[in-house]
This record gives sequence, C-alpha cells and structure tokens, in this order.
Amino acid sequence: MSKFKKKAVVKQDIPTASMPDVVFMLLFFFMVTTEMRKSNLEVMQRIPEASQLRKLQRKSLVTNIYIGAPKKTELFGKEPKIQAEDTFMEISGIILWAERQKALLPENEQEQLTISMKVDSEAKRGIIADVETELRKANSRKILYSANQKKEILQ
Amino acid sequence: MARLTPEIPNASMADIAFLLLTFFLVTTTITNDKGLSIALPAPLDPNQPKVEFQQKNLYAIQVNSTDALLVEGEPLDDVSGLKEEIKKFILNRGVDPKSSDNPEKAIVTYKADRGTSHKRFVQILDIIQNAYYDVWADQAGVTNKKYRDAASDLTKDDNREIYNKGKKDIPMNISIAEPTKVGG
Repeated sequence: MSKFKKKAVVKQDIPTASMPDVVFMLLFFFMVTTEMRKSNLEVMQRIPEASQLRKLQRKSLVTNIYIGAPKKTELFGKEPKIQAEDTFMEISGIILWAERQKALLPENEQEQLTISMKVDSEAKRGIIADVETELRKANSRKILYSANQKKEILQ
Repeated sequence: MARLTPEIPNASMADIAFLLLTFFLVTTTITNDKGLSIALPAPLDPNQPKVEFQQKNLYAIQVNSTDALLVEGEPLDDVSGLKEEIKKFILNRGVDPKSSDNPEKAIVTYKADRGTSHKRFVQILDIIQNAYYDVWADQAGVTNKKYRDAASDLTKDDNREIYNKGKKDIPMNISIAEPTKVGG
C-alpha cells in the first residue's frame, strides 16, 4: 500500500540561469544577419512568384533597381517609374548609373555586376525592355528578375 | 573587516536582451536576392550579318498585351503542359523532322508586348527555364532543386562538376526578343 502514498520529491524547477545566454545568442544572430534597408521605396513592389529561382551568393556584386507604379500617385502620377537608390531615374540616365555602379567594384569583378530587377507584378514589359536596352549598351548584362519562391503544389 | 563587494544588479539583463532581440526580430528583413537569372545579349552590331535559323529549330512563344499566349502559332490557355512540350522540343534530336535537330541548335524564342504585365512575363520565363533546368538536372543525375543550388554556388568543385555535366551540349538558348508595340 505504501507505494501509492509515496510523493515525488523531484525538483520541478527549470533552470533559468542560462536563459540570458540563450537570448544573447539569438540577439547576436539577428544583429549580424539583419540588414537595414538603405533606401526608402517610393514605388510599389509586389514581387512576382516563380519556381526556378537562383540565389545570388555575393551581395557585394548586386545592385538593385526598382520598377513600379509610384506609391504617391498624387505627386508622381500612375505610370511606372524607375528607382535606384533613393531617387527616381529616367531611362536616359541608366547608362551613367550602371557605369557608376561598376566603378564601385574592383576592376577584376566589374564584369560580374548583377542588376537585380525588383519589378512590380503590374508593371508593363515596355519600361523593363527599355531599361534592358540601356543596360545592354552599358555592357552590364547580368540580370536577375527578382522573384519569390512559388509554393509548390504537391501532385 | 568585512569589505562590501559592489554588485551590479543583473536580474534585468535578460529583459534588456529580450527587448533588443524583439527589436531586431521585427526590423529584420531577410533580403531575398533570389530570382530568375538571365544574361542579356551584347548590343546589336549593325555590321553583323543576319543569321538565318531554320524554322524547325525555333520554338516560338509570344505573349500579347492582354497577357494571352501564342505558342508555335496556336493560342494556349492552359500552361500546365507547356514545360513538357518545350522539353520535348529541346531533346528531339532529329526524331521528329518538324522539330529541333539537336539541343545545340534548338532555340526557344520568347516575345512579349510592351503591354504585357511583368507577372505574366515572369510566369512564362519561369516555365521555359524550368524546362531547361529539368533537362540539365536529368543529365547531371540530380534533382532540379539540387542542380539550381549547385549552379548558384560555383566556387565549390563538386558543384561546378554537376553544373558542367548538366549543361554539356545543351546550351540554354532562350532568346528574348524586343517587345512589340501594340499595348502599353
């Protein structure tokens, strides 16, 4: 009978002494991986979805160009615009811009500059083709159409 | 003489760390430098002679300003079978006399309109690239995903081996033509 009366005398506290350490570890992880967005986006960015994505390994070789309808339609109209860094850009300014981006890289890596085109889903092909024509002239021909991973439908 | 040891209260340290952690959790945007990678052709040289391609070695895909699709002259609504058709075209190797002679000569031409939406453009380009990556992955004997991962990081020797094995004799001939000017 006595075995039913026995009370468990095991300590039930979870040791919390290491909690700050765990939290600090997580904190450092996020501090290192976080990247503050440098430019304020003035254009819509509903990035399309695709399945066959390629990752870019070296961030230093990538520059972004944003295309989409302006967020402030009352100021800038509804037509899609091109934004690089913080300002809107005209088609005619792209060659100069691309040259400047290339000049920022060391000489042996200038050929590897990849332009990541972050284009809104609803933007039209015309403006993108114009940008591409200019980039061809500027001889920076590696392009990435930024896209999000499409959810795979299991068959 | 008992000396008083100065102490900093550290009970709140976890709280402070949590607060910072929450801040970084919220502000973090995992940057996605992912997407469909293409290489633009060199600028047009007016002196270059025009190269003629045999019609059978071209696989024509067109999208108009209302995002409707025309494949080899036929309207296509359902794109689910398009990938297999492209794969068949690439790997025909002269079996069907009306289709491509060999993968090296086979070219998928892709023409959009200025009014085509970027979403549709990317969707179709994705299908075309999917066909090529499938073919490459098959030849390299790995899965499509693994092949693309290997192709993304060519600094490792075994990745480069997989990449080159898959690509051998099958260049990704996707020709993106200047858009037509009906819409947009």
